[in-house]
Amino acid sequence: MRRDWPFWAGAAATVALAAAVGLSGANEYFFYASFVVLQFVVLATAWNILGGYAGYVNFGTAAFFGIGAYTAVVLFKAAGAPLAVQILAAAAISGLLGFGTGLLTLRLRGIFFSIATVAVIFIMETAMVNWRYVGGATGVQLLRPPVMEPFESYTRMLFVVMAILAVIAVSIARYIEVSWIGRGLRAIRDSEEAAECFGVPTLQLKLFACTVSGALMGAAGAAMPMYMSFIEPPSSFSLTYSVSALAMPMIGGTSHWLGPVIGAILLGSVQQIVTVTISNEINVLVVGVLLVVFVVAAPDGILGLLKRLKWLLRSSR
Amino acid sequence: MAFSFELLLEAILFGVLLGCFYAAVSIGLSVSFGLLDVPHVAHPAIMVLGSYCTYLLNRYGLDPIVAGIALMPLFFILGVAIYRFYYETFEKRGSEAGVRGLAFFFGLAFIIEVGLILVFGVDQRMVEAAYIGRSLALGEFRIPWRMVVAFGVALVLTAALTIYLSRTFTGRAIKAVAQDEPALRLMGANPVRIKQWAFGIATGVTALAGAMLIVVGPVEPSLDRVYIGRTFAVVVLAGLGSMTGTLAAGLILGISESIVLMQFGASWAPAVAFGLLLVVLGIRPQGLFGR
Repeated sequence: MRRDWPFWAGAAATVALAAAVGLSGANEYFFYASFVVLQFVVLATAWNILGGYAGYVNFGTAAFFGIGAYTAVVLFKAAGAPLAVQILAAAAISGLLGFGTGLLTLRLRGIFFSIATVAVIFIMETAMVNWRYVGGATGVQLLRPPVMEPFESYTRMLFVVMAILAVIAVSIARYIEVSWIGRGLRAIRDSEEAAECFGVPTLQLKLFACTVSGALMGAAGAAMPMYMSFIEPPSSFSLTYSVSALAMPMIGGTSHWLGPVIGAILLGSVQQIVTVTISNEINVLVVGVLLVVFVVAAPDGILGLLKRLKWLLRSSR
Repeated sequence: MAFSFELLLEAILFGVLLGCFYAAVSIGLSVSFGLLDVPHVAHPAIMVLGSYCTYLLNRYGLDPIVAGIALMPLFFILGVAIYRFYYETFEKRGSEAGVRGLAFFFGLAFIIEVGLILVFGVDQRMVEAAYIGRSLALGEFRIPWRMVVAFGVALVLTAALTIYLSRTFTGRAIKAVAQDEPALRLMGANPVRIKQWAFGIATGVTALAGAMLIVVGPVEPSLDRVYIGRTFAVVVLAGLGSMTGTLAAGLILGISESIVLMQFGASWAPAVAFGLLLVVLGIRPQGLFGR
């Protein structure tokens, strides 16, 4: 058995730190921005389970994210469900969508799978545009419920919730990575035929990865409507989520659970700074350019660069 | 809405015009993705780029279709450059080219889209020409001239490319690369040069497709997103790389989209292409006319 305690200590410390910061007197804008960065940690980590480990490029992050958000809205509107219930239900529905998408498309390889996931986004978006109950094309304004006790504002609470979600997502990704599931997924990435021949249950593993990945993306989306106090189809199903969730693991490194986290924190922070100081368009441009630069120049991401640096230092000694 | 035969006929007529247009915007992808196996997700973005270049030339009084033809050599060079870069950085390295190549083209599409937003803003742009804004009265139906023009250009373009690929020496070489690359290498030909040429032609054709796109309707930078669905639906439904199949698939998409548009309204139309794509991928991934 590997030594696990440093990871769990780190996870507990992260949650404790987030709670402490959430209760401290830090600037409200800090929470507003950090929430988005943490949300991308969840999305990037979720993407990496299927994209990084198994090598199936999912362009459909926005579909799972958006359906998670809309599930939360429906529950909130219909029953006034509390946030925790919204998140759990969103994870369940998005997981189901992931399972369905996987069932329909995982026989497809490479670009065919990727294009099919783009199709899922547009079909879900069209369905929501035509559903009056959730506001149709114009969207719907949501009134936040009163904030729970120890927190000063709703944004602070959402920040802590998202930090917990991020830790859960990373723990799940890490568990998958070090267990036999991760070995199976890596075998699929390297050669699906060979894996199948050696008795790896490829279809089951891919379905599992697709479901878990979708569920985590949905959970991340569930907090979005309350964060914005508003929901509309175009911004919930924006392809920008897809390209960010794909770019972050690619930039950080796809083979280790730490890669998406590094990528999301770096790129997410840069995005926040650029959005505030320059403009939202430049922010998407930064994602696109960094994605292309890394894919071309550093195929193994920042983690790959670090590994190479370590190797260089050792061999020069 | 009540069903009426007249309305259905009108929908089919409009769908045929629309379908030929869809075939024309997909034919570049049919070469680059269908024949060359390049995961060219940026194809619609390059097409929208073509529309904006057409818009610029049109402001100096050039007819949009003429502008599109004038842009073709420029886009040919662009295509050659893109393929060369793709080959050197991904195809040559082999193994994991799939994932990274896809990410590369996805990123490229976003760079083009945001670049257009930064230069032109998010507003819709349109072109001016004598045939835009008027319609052709055909019995009791009225058909906008802009659709008729796009229909004509689309037919000529599709026919020209089909003849080029089946009758000329280089055209046949392109098909040979698609069928069996190692064999071509054994015959002493250089597959990379042929693919580079083919990708250039595919991109050049896309410039004209972009001109038609802005003739048919106003264009905005994010229009490429919905065309990812339309173009890939047509190419996959056609069976990769079949030119006549592309025309047939375009017609199927155009007619179904037009019927949905009339029966259920415009808000359902974007889902038609994507739904069709999912159904084809799920049931018959090799397409209707698969090789």
